[in-house]
Amino acid sequence: MEVKFNVRRYDPESTDAVDHFQEYLMDMEDSSTVLDGLIRIREEVDGTLSLRCSCRSAICGSCAVRVNGEAGLACNTKIIDVLPGNGNTITIEPAGNLPVVKDLVVDFQPFWGKIKAVEPWLQPVGEEPKTEYLAPDEDMLHLAGVVSCILCGACVSDCTVMEVDSNFLGPAALAKSYRFVGDPRDASNQQRFKTLNEYGGVWDCTRCMKCVEVCPKGVAPMDRIMSLREKVMEAGYTNTNGARHANAFVDSVKHSGWLDELKLPIKSFGIFNIKAMIGLIPLAIRSQRAGKVPPIFHKSIPGVENVKRIFEKVETKK
Amino acid sequence: MKYAFYPGCVSRGACPELYSATVEVCNILGIELDEDVLKGASCTGAGVLQEKNQRLGDTLNARTFAMAEQSGNPLMTICSTCQGVMSQANERLLADPEYLASINEDLKEEGLEYKGTADPKHLLWIIAEDLGLDFLESKLVNKLQGLKLAPFYGCYIVRPSKALGFEENPGRKQALEEVIETVGGEVVDFPGKTLCCGFPILTINPENSVNMVANHTIDAKDRGADAMVTPCPLCHLNLDGYQPNAASVRKREIDLPIIHLPQLLGLALGISPEKMRLNKHIVSTKKLLSELVISP
Repeated sequence: MEVKFNVRRYDPESTDAVDHFQEYLMDMEDSSTVLDGLIRIREEVDGTLSLRCSCRSAICGSCAVRVNGEAGLACNTKIIDVLPGNGNTITIEPAGNLPVVKDLVVDFQPFWGKIKAVEPWLQPVGEEPKTEYLAPDEDMLHLAGVVSCILCGACVSDCTVMEVDSNFLGPAALAKSYRFVGDPRDASNQQRFKTLNEYGGVWDCTRCMKCVEVCPKGVAPMDRIMSLREKVMEAGYTNTNGARHANAFVDSVKHSGWLDELKLPIKSFGIFNIKAMIGLIPLAIRSQRAGKVPPIFHKSIPGVENVKRIFEKVETKK
Repeated sequence: MKYAFYPGCVSRGACPELYSATVEVCNILGIELDEDVLKGASCTGAGVLQEKNQRLGDTLNARTFAMAEQSGNPLMTICSTCQGVMSQANERLLADPEYLASINEDLKEEGLEYKGTADPKHLLWIIAEDLGLDFLESKLVNKLQGLKLAPFYGCYIVRPSKALGFEENPGRKQALEEVIETVGGEVVDFPGKTLCCGFPILTINPENSVNMVANHTIDAKDRGADAMVTPCPLCHLNLDGYQPNAASVRKREIDLPIIHLPQLLGLALGISPEKMRLNKHIVSTKKLLSELVISP
């Protein structure tokens, strides 16, 4: 089949170093992967094209790129699966949210910086055992997904928060943090929670699920971030807008069956947060003018006692 | 065609225009809404409640599904977030019969049991799949010729694609664009259409949230969009309500009306803008409506 590869190019050493797209028309097998195509372009058509790859088997995590706007491993993405219904062009770009070195090669330094920031090593206490630090199998099973991470950076590439805030630890580092928080042999949770609770930590995730969708290994980083939020709150870190927001939301559903949109922002910021309260005033005026204000008296749904009963029953099961 | 109508919290709160536009549009399209059967249904949890206790969220959603089942009609949502949270809950409930049985134990006292047949569907999918775009076209009173519209889906109606049934229904990936084209509009494609609007972190990290609003609205505007259309009232609230903040952060005018999906349909079906409260947005729709060339 004939495939048009529309590849984003950038060469910092070129005299006109601006990024641009270049098209390569290639005859590919039905079974070919995107990486097969890129390697053939480099070897047969244009030796100046830079890309990073190694194992070709979705193990090393080197070849994450954006295919038609979405991150993934070039080596386990079959061309036939990403060809649009109405044409034969596929667009290949470097991974996002990381600086481009050249063409499809990005600088992983910021990625490793964030991984290191969560101290991704076991921190046990007590006397060192004579053999290994052992843990029961059943306590480690829930980490099976997260240890599958091959550090390819696909989740970081497409993280919608990192796009606007480079301070965010991001899905890969937070999933890595969960790997140690969830390890029964690790004794540094209090210290880890302190970092995770800060700006750039677990509360900055938008829950957009981009990382879950693009991860080639089923790590589901966002689900780990949600588990970390729960653990951080359980550890007593409840004095953040994020924790207050979660608690206020749950309280509202428990007591009325639905969301009290007026109280939620006030409770999330904290009523005594004068600056935030003042910040809400322009929006309140705009909304009032447009008639877009939730009911002042928040009525409960019919049969709310059934909702309360479910809360009491299920909350005690935890 | 009758549906158990799940309006969600926001269409009964800060987006009353969504509720009225939906009812008007469904009336014309022959979508009969049972507005009573889910009156006692709770909030889906919106993913926030699930952060604290997923089982609790699944129980509340199973309760809603059981109520819809009792009515004998499929369940209709009008919010991307409600849709996504319900689809995810349903996936977990159906994947594990033991789990479902134990959840049903907690519903017993109320005389409810979820049998596993609910298939929560957003109005967008109902139009594209149950009614069909040809049917929609046959009902049009106006073709919105020349109207340039940027689609904005909302995360929860596109991810996770497995729970949302994208494999079985591949059309869901471009349903919004197809509806825009069917009503005569021109699609303004932009990469942000399936990204986060920033609403979930509005009170947690307002700066990031406003930057997301700015990125999406400015990108769509600069690509020529006259308005943005969304099936998610939470995206609407942020992209509309915080657009003045985004404009001030970026020190430029944006002025991009954010239209709910049913309002767009309503314009093409001949419903008056006032009836759909299009005059009740934060970003004015006045210019858009005055320039709109409505051709039969």
